[in-house]
Amino acid sequence: MRRNPRELAGLQARTSRRAVLLGGTMAAFSGALALRMRQLQVEQADQFRLLAEENRINIRLIAPERGEIFDRNGAIIAQNSPSYRIVIVREDAGDVEEVIRRLTKLVEIPQEDLDRALTAMHRSAPFLPVTLADQVTWDDISKVAVNAPALPGITPEVGLTRIYPQNGAFAHVVGYVGPVSDYDLSKIDDPDQVLRIPRFQIGKVGLEARQEDQLRGKAGSKRVEVNAAGRVMRELDRIDGEPGADVQLTVDSALQGYVQARLGRESASAVVIDCESGDVVACASAPSYDPNLFVRGISVADYRVLTEDAYRPLASKSVQGIYPPGSTFKMITAMAALEAGLVGPDDTAWCPGHLQVSGRRFHCWKRGGHGHVNLENSLKRSCDVYYYDLAIKVGIDKISEMARRFGLGVKHDLPMSAVAAGLAPNRDWKARVHGQDWLVGDTANASIGQGYMLASPLQLAVMSARIATGRSVTPRLIKSVDGVEQPSGAGESMGMNENNLRKMRKAMYEVSNDRRGTAWRARITEDAFRMAGKTGTSQVRNITPEERARGVIRNEDLPWERRDHALFVCFAPYVAPKYAISVVVEHGGGGSKAAAPVARDIMLQALYGGFPPLEAYPSADRDKIKAQQERLGREMLATTGQQSDRA
Amino acid sequence: MSYLEYAVKSVPAGPRKLLYLNWPLLLLVCTVAVAGFLMLYSVAGGSFSPWAEPQIERFALGFGLMICVAMVPIWFWRNMSVVAYVLSILLLLAVEFFGTVGMGAQRWIDLGFMRLQPSELTKITMVMLLAAYYDWLPAKRTSHPFWVLIPVLIILLPTFMVLQQPDLGTAILLLAAGGAMLFLAGVHWLYFGVVIGAGVGLVTTVFQSRGTDWQLLKDYQYRRIDTFLDPSTDPLGAGYHITQSKIALGSGGWTGRGFMQGTQSRLNFLPEKHTDFIFTTLAEEFGFVGGVSLLVLYTLIIAFCVATALAVKDRFSSLMTMGIAVTFFLFFAVNMSMVMGLAPVVGVPLPMVSYGGTAMLVLLGAFGLVQSAHIHRPR
Repeated sequence: MRRNPRELAGLQARTSRRAVLLGGTMAAFSGALALRMRQLQVEQADQFRLLAEENRINIRLIAPERGEIFDRNGAIIAQNSPSYRIVIVREDAGDVEEVIRRLTKLVEIPQEDLDRALTAMHRSAPFLPVTLADQVTWDDISKVAVNAPALPGITPEVGLTRIYPQNGAFAHVVGYVGPVSDYDLSKIDDPDQVLRIPRFQIGKVGLEARQEDQLRGKAGSKRVEVNAAGRVMRELDRIDGEPGADVQLTVDSALQGYVQARLGRESASAVVIDCESGDVVACASAPSYDPNLFVRGISVADYRVLTEDAYRPLASKSVQGIYPPGSTFKMITAMAALEAGLVGPDDTAWCPGHLQVSGRRFHCWKRGGHGHVNLENSLKRSCDVYYYDLAIKVGIDKISEMARRFGLGVKHDLPMSAVAAGLAPNRDWKARVHGQDWLVGDTANASIGQGYMLASPLQLAVMSARIATGRSVTPRLIKSVDGVEQPSGAGESMGMNENNLRKMRKAMYEVSNDRRGTAWRARITEDAFRMAGKTGTSQVRNITPEERARGVIRNEDLPWERRDHALFVCFAPYVAPKYAISVVVEHGGGGSKAAAPVARDIMLQALYGGFPPLEAYPSADRDKIKAQQERLGREMLATTGQQSDRA
Repeated sequence: MSYLEYAVKSVPAGPRKLLYLNWPLLLLVCTVAVAGFLMLYSVAGGSFSPWAEPQIERFALGFGLMICVAMVPIWFWRNMSVVAYVLSILLLLAVEFFGTVGMGAQRWIDLGFMRLQPSELTKITMVMLLAAYYDWLPAKRTSHPFWVLIPVLIILLPTFMVLQQPDLGTAILLLAAGGAMLFLAGVHWLYFGVVIGAGVGLVTTVFQSRGTDWQLLKDYQYRRIDTFLDPSTDPLGAGYHITQSKIALGSGGWTGRGFMQGTQSRLNFLPEKHTDFIFTTLAEEFGFVGGVSLLVLYTLIIAFCVATALAVKDRFSSLMTMGIAVTFFLFFAVNMSMVMGLAPVVGVPLPMVSYGGTAMLVLLGAFGLVQSAHIHRPR
């Protein structure tokens, strides 16, 4: 570009003039800043120095009280109780090691806690308090207070901590809280200020974590005067926070305690649903663990015991565990066939003990076969061949859809950790996930709840409730929040043919009330409370043709982890269904032996609201039941006894 | 005069260039940086970690960068302005998508050894591009509306991008520095008159409308503006920090409490005590004498830059040097006004003193440019 030197020179001169002007302005502004500095630091210095020396105002956050958790009758499941802790301020302590040595002479503090406190102390500013010991007894706190002059920098503090008085009974439902960790903070986009309070407790697992927002509440704040050393002199004013909302569960803690005790040391789970409202009345997973250990900060040794246990106490099996539903799935196969109008309830099939499906032999559990069976008989005696036959006629897509309508393969999002969706497979699913075509053999496997089919105990209980009522009952765990009743899970009618449902229920009734039914031995003899159910035994291993030829190995002769899962689903009373129950005993063997009696006992306990009279049981079992009731009564008392110690 | 008319032979070459550095400016910059190290050491409770040590390392890196930039002829940097500007805009875009959220705003890209804040870089690249633009533009077109619109767009593009983050402090700095560049380039007074007039008019209208039927903003928006302009209406939030900041400053008195003797900043009364509010620590510990000394150092840096700008006859060099001086001035003027309760709290660091890698490197790089202009000035 051509330039005109004269014009350019004129412009440069203008630039220089303006540069000088701007430079002058900047200098003037600097002068103004200096004047302001003089005003603050020289003229008003005395006033500010006074404020700084004597009247330092500090804002402290007040931790809100966490909402409490109650059962459906108002029994406490999670509460807050005062806890005493010993804190140290490095700056005030001077010789930290000497002070701690003197302190440990008075109060016993585990070396682990001391080490943790020492690292925390070196990482934080010297004037910030660091917790030395948490959950200290009143006696120890008194000792510290009396010896205060010899323990500079050490102060006893009082705060609130979470307590689960029912110990293990609600560990999987409610979960536990713990101090906020860096990991917790990293998961939250915009962490609430209150989370920065040292030792503030946040829900880690289960309902405590899922309902964190409701339970936490809002922080308050107070303005305090502190002296030159940072010690609080007096409180100026405070804005109270809002305590968290109280949450009432649908669970009945007495029943929950019984279920937990009844499952005992088995690796098992059980879910009890109120058919009328969808309320989850009990939801237990055994073995359990004591959530209070986690609140305090579990020791490495205790934690290892829990993680290395083959029975997986930390897993929430009732909602997280997914199992092949086995024969408990047969109702779905049957309903799919009935609703499709492909078979009538009285159509029979011939069971010779096996069925040839596209060149492969599918066996019935009964080697000799069941002969001619109709719907009722096939369910009562759990004939497999009948269902292979039905399923092949109906096709997997209809079965899968029916399963979903009954709540299998659908996630029931209760506010608990790791709620599993299970799986009700169909052609699309297999093509998508495995990239393979669906085979007829897969349908045969699915018809008896094996193969790809997976369901959680919660889903099985929902299925039973839906069969019992014909409504799409949805489970609900929270009854009310802060006194506000939550929507009921009663559900609308599923629009199924009532005749078909009635047939289904009748067949389930026969399972536990006919002499030839698979759950006959675990029946209820009280006429008003007759139970309908279905046993299930799901294989976790393949049976080779050679083994079948030799004779299938009995469960008792197998190592534990290769034994079959035992399942049982049921509802009662048959005439007016009140509760639906599912029980899964991992590697328990046959459903009729390992799962059905447990479900029956739970059902009676729920219906009677306490230990049932022995007359409700078959006469042959009464002695055994009596002994069992006494034993469980003692065990339940022992847990409640522990409670009162703690409180 | 443009670099094309340079008598290139009279410009020093090779290691001799070192002798032609603007040594007073170099010394002033180092002095301020050392003051910064001392303050970071003090704020950490008498410890090099976590702030002083990385700051020293970055200063060493930045010092090397400054010398390297200074050694390269200024006409190279002039030719690089467009590239530098486009690069910094791309980085700003990258922050938008891959940036890390810190303090509620998306500001930096993690490079591993440091966090790069492209918005800091933009402050200098924008000045460079504007200087290069006016170096290129024929003189008589300077005030032509179309040729004024182009630099306005150059300024507004990064301004809106940093507002998006949101980083109000940087946006204000970009706008003010850009405006100063236009002013220095010789754009007609009328433009500034109209813009300032329109701005005043808009603000007055918005506030006039308050409480009337045709209210232009929502009530809560007015309340936010109120707290922003006058933090004392929110004594527990923004006002708390300003009050504490003033207490810390004021309690310093004439000579301060002495090095490492400050209590206010160490007792955690102050937010961002190692970044935006570090001046309070300095003023508390070294008092009025210390505060004014720092102010004098800053003013001297500005003075030397202005002197350089007037001495170099090449248009790009003088505009760029002035632009850097203005940017540097805006940094400390806005920061100090904010800390002393004269301006609302916006996130602007104290240059060369506040903890922060990108700002330090960018400022040292900018001083490298000033040095390069000084060394390679036409003689």
